[in-house]
Amino acid sequence: MAEMLDFEKPIVELEKKIDDLRQLAKQENIEVADELKKLEKKAAKLRRDVFSRLSRWQRVQLARHPLRPYALDYVGRLADEFIELHGDRLFSDDEALIAGLARFGDRRVMLLGHQKGRDTKEKLRRNFGMAHPEGYRKALRMMRMAERFGLPVVTLVDTPGAFPGIEAEERGQSVAIADNLTAMAALRVPIVSVIIGEGGSGGALAIAVADRVLMMENAIYSVISPEGCAAILWADRAKAQDAAEALRVTAPDLMELGIVDEVIPEPLGGAHRDPGEAARAVGEAIDRRLDELSRVPCDRLMEERMAKFLGMGVFKDHSGVPHG
Amino acid sequence: MAWFSKKNRGVRAEKKKNLTDGLWVRCEFCEEILYRKELERSLWTCGACGFHFRIRSGDYVKILIDEGTFEEIDAALEPEDPLRFRDSKKYVDRLKAYQKKTGMKEAILCGTGDIDGRRVTLAALEFSFGGGSLGSVMGEKIVRAIRRSLGTGAPFLIVCSSGGARMQEGILSLMQMAKTSVMIARLHEAKIPFLSILTHPTTGGVSASFAFQGDVILAEPKALIGFAGPRVIQQTIGQELPEGFQRSEFLLDHGMVDKIVSRRDLKATVSSILSFFPGPHPTLSGDDAPGDARER
Ligand SMILES: [Zn+2]
Repeated sequence: MAEMLDFEKPIVELEKKIDDLRQLAKQENIEVADELKKLEKKAAKLRRDVFSRLSRWQRVQLARHPLRPYALDYVGRLADEFIELHGDRLFSDDEALIAGLARFGDRRVMLLGHQKGRDTKEKLRRNFGMAHPEGYRKALRMMRMAERFGLPVVTLVDTPGAFPGIEAEERGQSVAIADNLTAMAALRVPIVSVIIGEGGSGGALAIAVADRVLMMENAIYSVISPEGCAAILWADRAKAQDAAEALRVTAPDLMELGIVDEVIPEPLGGAHRDPGEAARAVGEAIDRRLDELSRVPCDRLMEERMAKFLGMGVFKDHSGVPHG
Repeated sequence: MAWFSKKNRGVRAEKKKNLTDGLWVRCEFCEEILYRKELERSLWTCGACGFHFRIRSGDYVKILIDEGTFEEIDAALEPEDPLRFRDSKKYVDRLKAYQKKTGMKEAILCGTGDIDGRRVTLAALEFSFGGGSLGSVMGEKIVRAIRRSLGTGAPFLIVCSSGGARMQEGILSLMQMAKTSVMIARLHEAKIPFLSILTHPTTGGVSASFAFQGDVILAEPKALIGFAGPRVIQQTIGQELPEGFQRSEFLLDHGMVDKIVSRRDLKATVSSILSFFPGPHPTLSGDDAPGDARER
């Protein structure tokens, strides 16, 4: 298995050993219950030891895990119906950012999400989840439609960042992101965002100015990638681990800093070890938050969204004027 | 256009510094050697290629605002170190160095003043303070300046010059993009004019938020303007960047800015544009215009 992180290796290997032993016992009809019990106990302890004290860098790796569920995996497990809608009506359809009408039971929403690819071909087609301006403009079109028809907006954030390329600049990457920020600030329907993997800077924020911002336990959200930060401040990309520590990019960090409203627990070892359980937890949180927001009158919703973001920032004020 | 390839050969900071200290200054764009006195007279614009040298936030006050009408606002805000950030240096030490170098508390100067007798609220970023990076204080000062405009109806002007986010404030820095955007959304709703002036350079988080949210967006000639820095793009795509890429003229060609304006014509242009839009509330205009009622 190539798709395994270093710190996952001893666990995955032990789990394989347990599986093999079980198979063998079945085939040869031998008694291994005691041995199995011992190994299971050992595996459980190992899992606890490794996953209950993850470093920030280990969480960065989990957030980028090649087996981690992506936006469409959650949609597939949670939505009773999903009609993907395409295109920004201006230039093209950006497959790094998906959009569509989604029904969860009785709940109908406009769903937006960054989408990474699973195999090489899909990775390229999805541009590794890095949207061009047309992706953000598609998102904006869908949000406007949602507002027109009173549909709440749910966004699943999972991107290394907005794509840094020649064409992205030619077509106004900055303008596209900036437009989404002001539009979301004033969008008159509830917005719930879930950081499911990587919350990479402006490219993440462009669909995350929300009434409730939730974050999965092993997701990250950062102003710059640890590698990018290390390259600039340490003049050495290899210092990414130090940068991840200094930037405080994990869900517990962001909870402590008052940036996210809730940390959604993941199965032990990360969402990829039990995607069904991860999806269930995400679905439950979205449902509960939408329910909560549906009871807030629109004008108050606008005031509260504004107050939420105006309160963000830490500084010294010698003038006596209240914050925000 | 030869300037781009020439620029890539680069003028080393050391050399530039020595030159700047003396009578002569080398243009970082076309490498022409220019007479310092002449540059000062032309508001630091290159006589050979038209490149606009970087100037201080306070210089834009002198260029744009009627003499004797500028009043600084929210000068009392100072940065903190919420993450206790440390790379090769401590953030608090970097801040001290920036403050000493610039004589400013943060990378932004805000105030009220008149442009040809018309009251405006002005914010100008200071690149020499940590690359004009966007941190909590800049976010808050922009919010307060906009709140003042919402109270008085005075148009809001911002002069941008920034390399992007204040990395040492981590996620709080990113959130300043959202924070300023919610206020600018209010400014748009209240139909108060917002002019953004992009100067060399305007990139990253500043570019992807308030810099490009103006009703009218002006740019100084040959300024580097973009979301990602040219080096990052080059590393990502692994190919040479086209000539003139991410310069003001390139953005004008691609429909991203309204107009390129020389510094020497900046005040007149801004003044003319503002004359088409609503000004401050009539009862509040003139010298006795109060600040935002909510702040009193
Ligand atoms: Zn020149």
